[in-house]
Amino acid sequence: MMKPIIETQVMRAVEAVPAAMLREARLARVREWIMAVVPPVLGLLVFAAIWQAVSLQNKAIPGPLPVWDAAVALFSKPFYVNGPNDQGIGWNILSSLQRVGLGFGLAALIGIPAGFIIGRFKFIAAMLAPIISLLRPVSPLAWLPIGLLVFKSANPASIWVIFISSIWPIILNTAAGVSQVPQDYLNVARVLNLSESKIITKVLFPAVLPHLLTGIRLSIGVAWLVIVAAEMLTGGVGIGFWVWDEWNNLNVAHIIIAIFVVGIVGLLLEQALIKLASFFDYQ
Amino acid sequence: MNAATVSQLHDTRFVELSRVNKAFATKKGVFLAVQDVNLSIKKGEFVSIIGHSGCGKSTVLNLIAGLLDASSGTLICNGREIAGPGPERSVVFQNHSLLPWLTCFGNIYLAVEQVFGKKEGKERLKQRTHAALELVGLAHAADKRPNEVSGGMKQRVGIARALAMEPKVLLMDEPFGALDALTRAHLQDELIRIVGETGSTVVMVTHDVDEAVLLSDRIVMMTNGPAATVGEILDVPIPRPRKRLELADDPDYVAARKAVLDFLYQRHARPAAAA
Repeated sequence: MMKPIIETQVMRAVEAVPAAMLREARLARVREWIMAVVPPVLGLLVFAAIWQAVSLQNKAIPGPLPVWDAAVALFSKPFYVNGPNDQGIGWNILSSLQRVGLGFGLAALIGIPAGFIIGRFKFIAAMLAPIISLLRPVSPLAWLPIGLLVFKSANPASIWVIFISSIWPIILNTAAGVSQVPQDYLNVARVLNLSESKIITKVLFPAVLPHLLTGIRLSIGVAWLVIVAAEMLTGGVGIGFWVWDEWNNLNVAHIIIAIFVVGIVGLLLEQALIKLASFFDYQ
Repeated sequence: MNAATVSQLHDTRFVELSRVNKAFATKKGVFLAVQDVNLSIKKGEFVSIIGHSGCGKSTVLNLIAGLLDASSGTLICNGREIAGPGPERSVVFQNHSLLPWLTCFGNIYLAVEQVFGKKEGKERLKQRTHAALELVGLAHAADKRPNEVSGGMKQRVGIARALAMEPKVLLMDEPFGALDALTRAHLQDELIRIVGETGSTVVMVTHDVDEAVLLSDRIVMMTNGPAATVGEILDVPIPRPRKRLELADDPDYVAARKAVLDFLYQRHARPAAAA
């Protein structure tokens, strides 16, 4: 009579262990999810509360709710055009992105080959080192008058400012990547007798790519920082000009919205590039 | 001399170093790494170069590989002067040196394509690559990236890459130095099998006495640097195939091991300052 009871008890115990482990694992996953979501949300709520408190003290600064309402109104019609100086927020963002894209694209077009040459040839690196270290710390906007003088027009001048301020991280990171390619890889290339074109496509370029992407990420970050300031000075259509325009209209809610828009677009650019870089991370 | 004696000469002096010196220019002046190195290696022979660290054994290997140029003296391989690196003298590097952005297959294929790509079609090149992976027992890891496999597997891919080029001489620079003892023993056994199958001429740099005795036909013992040179060459008359477990009590094995230890720790003990 005793035996079957013991057997069922044993069986129950055996079944109970995986069930308990499953419950444990599920709990751990829930805990992980809570830890990932709650702190950022809490941070944003605290930020909104401080903002609300500031807006109650200072009537000139609108609180989160009026700004939210203004944003909903603004983004419900993002692509209207009422003449050259009054266009939807969507057009403003897109024109700024276009300038950043053009300026950055030109910087990449020149900066990447320049970085490869500097990384590969010590003589040229030494030749260009004083010029680069002299020009790199110059504030981007200091280049604007030169751009206006040469191009005699606001739009190419702001693209020029983006170009000159975003080229340095690309050059320097590419050059550092090229000069840091492990000697082992180059020895492999030598033992295999790889041709120069194969060395570039199969060894140098993939080895440098992670450095190159870091350079691109930094330089797009700089470009997006600079565009707002450049557009404030040059005018036209663009998020920077829009901020200045709304300041002249004393529409503070729109200025706050612009700050968020600039931040969010910058964040998205950064995340997209991090995602791109993760495809080329071999470590 | 008729053709037969010439080819015999080539076979007995398949790789030949005579009066080789190598000096490096350093900040403190000229550093003479190896001096007056003379060495002939027969076709199909397995030669180890052993010595304390800093004795220039890797320098000698890199000279044969052509990765370094000799300051003076001549180096000949298969009747030709060695001028620069090339796939007929393939190298297994100490730290495997696989390209991390290529799969195990891709790493070997790059080498195979380079050596045979002009004469053979893509299918044949792929066959060669698969055969090389098979030889080192890694057919299942063909599509893995180097960072996805263990250290021992990486080194096996490195060996497969070197062998797939069908080199005249296989050069190995402390190939198992970075591996744990069990993995190292396993790969040594594999290397015995592979070299038995392919009949390759091998020059291996090592600092492991047991490894040298187990694998080699001859052991080249180097004196301490600077200006290191060949101190002594030991024949290892143990018949092949060699089995690790049976060798432990083999009198030839014990004698060879003692001779190398005696050279390294008695007559040419590492200078105290460097230790």
